[in-house]
Amino acid sequence: MRYAETGYFLEIDLSTGNIEKIQTDPQMTEMYLGGLGTNAKILWDRVSPEVQPFSSENILIFSGGLLVSTPAPAANRTIITSLSPQNSLFGFSIMGGYWAPELKFAGYDKIIVKGKAPDWVYIWVNNDKVEIRDARHLQGKSTYETAEAIREELNEPRAQVISIGLAGENRVFFASIETHRGSASRLGLGAVMGDKKLKAIAVRGTKDINVAKPYEFINECNKVLDYIQYRLNNPIPGVPPILAYIGSPQEMALHDEEWHLDSFAWGHARQRRKGFWNKEVEKRWADTMESVKKRLISCYNCPVRCAGIIEVPGYPTYILKCFTKLTYVMAAEVDDLDFGFQILSRAQHYGVDGFTAPQVMAFAIELYENGILTDSDMEGFPRDKKERFFWLLERIVRREGIGDVLADGVYWAARRIGRGAEAFDHNTIKKHEQVPIKLGMLNPIYYIMWSTGEKINITQIEGQIPQAPLPREIREQFVSDWIQIPTGKEERFKQFVLEWGEEGKVFPFWPPPDLVCELVEWQETMHYIDDSLGLCAGVSSFPIKPPYHIHNLPLFVSYGAGLDVDENELWKIATRVRNLVRANNIRRGLRRKDEKPPEDHWKKRFPDYEQKLMDEYYKYRGWNQDGIPTKETLKNLDLDYVYDDFVNRGILKDE
Amino acid sequence: MKRKVKVLKIDLNKCMGCRACEVACAAFHANPKYSNVNPARARIHVFRNELKNVFVPVKSSFYTSAECAGRPVYFLDERPQSNYGDGISVCSFCGASCPSRDIFKEPDSGLPLKCDMCEDDPPLDKPMCAKWCLVDAITYEEREEEVEEEATPEEMDTGVQSLIDRYGWDKVLDAVYRLSKKG
Repeated sequence: MRYAETGYFLEIDLSTGNIEKIQTDPQMTEMYLGGLGTNAKILWDRVSPEVQPFSSENILIFSGGLLVSTPAPAANRTIITSLSPQNSLFGFSIMGGYWAPELKFAGYDKIIVKGKAPDWVYIWVNNDKVEIRDARHLQGKSTYETAEAIREELNEPRAQVISIGLAGENRVFFASIETHRGSASRLGLGAVMGDKKLKAIAVRGTKDINVAKPYEFINECNKVLDYIQYRLNNPIPGVPPILAYIGSPQEMALHDEEWHLDSFAWGHARQRRKGFWNKEVEKRWADTMESVKKRLISCYNCPVRCAGIIEVPGYPTYILKCFTKLTYVMAAEVDDLDFGFQILSRAQHYGVDGFTAPQVMAFAIELYENGILTDSDMEGFPRDKKERFFWLLERIVRREGIGDVLADGVYWAARRIGRGAEAFDHNTIKKHEQVPIKLGMLNPIYYIMWSTGEKINITQIEGQIPQAPLPREIREQFVSDWIQIPTGKEERFKQFVLEWGEEGKVFPFWPPPDLVCELVEWQETMHYIDDSLGLCAGVSSFPIKPPYHIHNLPLFVSYGAGLDVDENELWKIATRVRNLVRANNIRRGLRRKDEKPPEDHWKKRFPDYEQKLMDEYYKYRGWNQDGIPTKETLKNLDLDYVYDDFVNRGILKDE
Repeated sequence: MKRKVKVLKIDLNKCMGCRACEVACAAFHANPKYSNVNPARARIHVFRNELKNVFVPVKSSFYTSAECAGRPVYFLDERPQSNYGDGISVCSFCGASCPSRDIFKEPDSGLPLKCDMCEDDPPLDKPMCAKWCLVDAITYEEREEEVEEEATPEEMDTGVQSLIDRYGWDKVLDAVYRLSKKG
């Protein structure tokens, strides 16, 4: 019997219409767990580096994680993997909601889609019955409308649906894949879905998911629920309110937005507006938030309620969480929150990434204001800031006029426009728009994470540690119950927090490089575990003092999936997955030259020290000075086949 | 005489549709206990529509015309949503078409599933659905109630009427006749 997983993939070739149910090799689970881990292996095995994101040979994997559908709270993630249209690299985007649990209850760990349908289709998975159905009548429908229409025509209100909107249909490079309570936004995988003419996937499942050690497993679940309750009642003192709880930053519930609004940059990631936030703004914005929020809701089997049902008069209802509340407002440099909620309704129904889309629009406005884009490019461009954003959004999702250029994202749009536009591409890493942060002093931890993170997106690899020194008087208390630290690192990491902020122990030279490496590794490793298990980062790798950590996660894997893993073994698997994701990218050309944050990311830069940090980090990770995992690293992680491939391709020399 | 009454109270303002109650219920009732999860086997089900902001947990019960027959189960704005003056039970959410009649069936056998308040030995401090509902949409109450020794005629009427609604007079009378023969 298989535990936690179903032991089956569903393979669908949209070119031929072939559908197969494939039994999986249990050894693959032992090596890579599931979710991101097994996705990385499948992409490595099947997609050669010559394949481009919009080739028929590119595959699109929709996966649950290993623990999804077990009773483990918040084990509900859908992990989508393909090549990103933005940079042709390994693109993985993750969303919450109810879809992946339904998929596993239908009897599948993953759906692997290849080929391209001749015309619009959707997939309907109802336990053993799988159909490719006509979706021509759904073309042009929004993400949410599509889901509703499909549930209605199948007469199955309990079907869970993921879908793309106009942006995905038109292969906008930052198109998202949406479900009612989640969106896989980053890296444009909605465009790959659109390229395959796959409008949606609906699933309904009524089968069992087994766990290996029932009493032990439920006992761990109960402990996690207790800790969730404890953390919800006990915010971390000394950090900004939105970082003090668990879940996604609780921006639907809390009204104090000082941290984002003061520390993040407005416009096209240009200037900070320190002092913008005051009591008057807080009151006004809180009123707006409360007037549009109908209810706080959660993903499957989670009590944390990070999302809000948002109903704005005159706009279709949608569901929102986290910082996207502010991204459009800040990028448009508009001072009222109503605008944010209004344009988000359109954006989520069209299905675009809430981080990238506003930056692309702010970039276009910058080019217009600097005379690089002119009235002939932007005929009828409004004068009002808000109207401009709506105007741009409508054109981008349809690829109309200038929208066709902007739909490729900042990096490619800048190069298509030319005329000096490249100089305004100042906030992308690896061709992907980054969180709009422009700071004064180099942060050595974030420098490494921004540069080397395979997610190409800082918010999805960070976590665990405070983002700034804690007030002196609470440090002792903070470390006293910091149970999440990996074995053997307790003293070092506690000492780091206790000393951080003391004389001489500030950025950029503190923490020292060796400690930077260890802290980065810890943060990343926890994310790779979550993404393979399908756990929500919001109760695990992302917040400070999360309910899931390196000490209880091995128990969940052992009791749940029946794999015999301890802390060391789980760490090793996560490291293997991390390196395999990187190997996919190395094979596709990623090198050290690509691993750098934007020039103006920090005002004060330290080129020599940054180089030293990067040297040390690569060495610590077991990568050579070009960022390529070495023979020793690969062999230690049982990734001999990667090494062989690297040698065959001349990426590494045979030693 | 006094009787212990176990009630799952449902606060409709607090439910947000996460289905933890279904998970906990299905796991508890798995055989062996907690060995698997399948919400289709759960004895509680959340009817949910995010865009319409509707989230209603419904637990399986007897085959009465409405699941909550005669019980003050549903609360909205702190007011019970069952009105049962004069012995009439009107659940304002499900009405006559209470979904508990149709959905609670074993996916394999089609046999009906019924909430048993997670009876266990030793007993749980509360049923699993209430335990796992950290937002307190489902809460558990045990209270002593003064009850007539015999069932009230209204309750029996409701039960029999629902059987009649479902199967028709003839079959119900046949059943009563057969049972009477068995003594």
